[in-house]
Amino acid sequence: MPTQVTPESVEQTIYDGLVELGTDRGELSREATLEDLDVDSLDLVELAQIVEDVYGVELRGDDVKEVKTVGEVIDLVVAKAG
Amino acid sequence: MTDAELTVNPAERDKVTTREGCALVTGSSRGIGAAAAIALARDGWPVRVNYRADEEGAREVAEKIASEGGSAEVLQGDVGDPAAVAGLLEPGEAGPVLVLVNNAGLRLDGLSPQLDDEQWQRVIDVNLTATFRATRAALPQMLRARFGRIINVASIVGLHANAGQANYAASKAGVIGFTKTVAVEVARRGVTVNAVAPGLIKTALTEEILDGEMTKAIPARRVGTPEEAAACIRFLASEEASYVTGTTLTVDGGLSA
Repeated sequence: MPTQVTPESVEQTIYDGLVELGTDRGELSREATLEDLDVDSLDLVELAQIVEDVYGVELRGDDVKEVKTVGEVIDLVVAKAG
Repeated sequence: MTDAELTVNPAERDKVTTREGCALVTGSSRGIGAAAAIALARDGWPVRVNYRADEEGAREVAEKIASEGGSAEVLQGDVGDPAAVAGLLEPGEAGPVLVLVNNAGLRLDGLSPQLDDEQWQRVIDVNLTATFRATRAALPQMLRARFGRIINVASIVGLHANAGQANYAASKAGVIGFTKTVAVEVARRGVTVNAVAPGLIKTALTEEILDGEMTKAIPARRVGTPEEAAACIRFLASEEASYVTGTTLTVDGGLSA
């Protein structure tokens, strides 16, 4: 069963996912840019897979290509899953 | 099937994989696919044996694997059908697909001026588009596992011209270009993507076109066996091949040398 979608749960999932991919938890915030966190295009593919596993939401390349900050990733997932 | 040369040497038994995942070989009810499925099972991989129409052949391959102490699951599915490809790649009891052999293929030959759209499209769909779809479906799990082996079965016809096979050549040249590109995209995650390009191999696909005259053009003076092609697939799927990616290994008795 996909996890219930709340902005808080999505934020937690994204933060946990980014930590799993090697990001320092202390550097995470909604305002942090993916570039500053060294999150590359393959990391985003993996993050999309984590989101799909947890929420059953599919994020395609077009969905994420304009995303610049962690907050935008969270908002995108909330919007797609809501 | 003459497969003695593929048997795991007892001294090498400790090389069998301990990864938590499985291998999928598309089109493995006969020929190179069947030999590859058996070879990968000998390396310890639980194998998904896929077939489109030859259920009996697929079951024989699975029985052969089981008789050697391996594990095999028989799965029907036409790789030309996107839904079937997605189903073949679903993670199962044996875990995600960590070794993908895109082998299923067909040829519908004819001189270019006489090829109709259906002959063109069907060959592209099965040989090239299915390879893309299966790879796309497999990669997320491989990336997360930081390990994956994708081996695409191309053909020397994708590298060297052979009159009457423009559709087949286009599909296989496409597979080689696709292989190189995906390889560089995912190399930093421990996932390798390679192709093998068989020459004249004795399979159902080549049975009707092989004759004595053709073997004279092959430096080895004989056609290859499915097991000889499978041995290359097995190597590319192994831990030892971890620094080999984006390459195309020809298996042709010197034909294209």
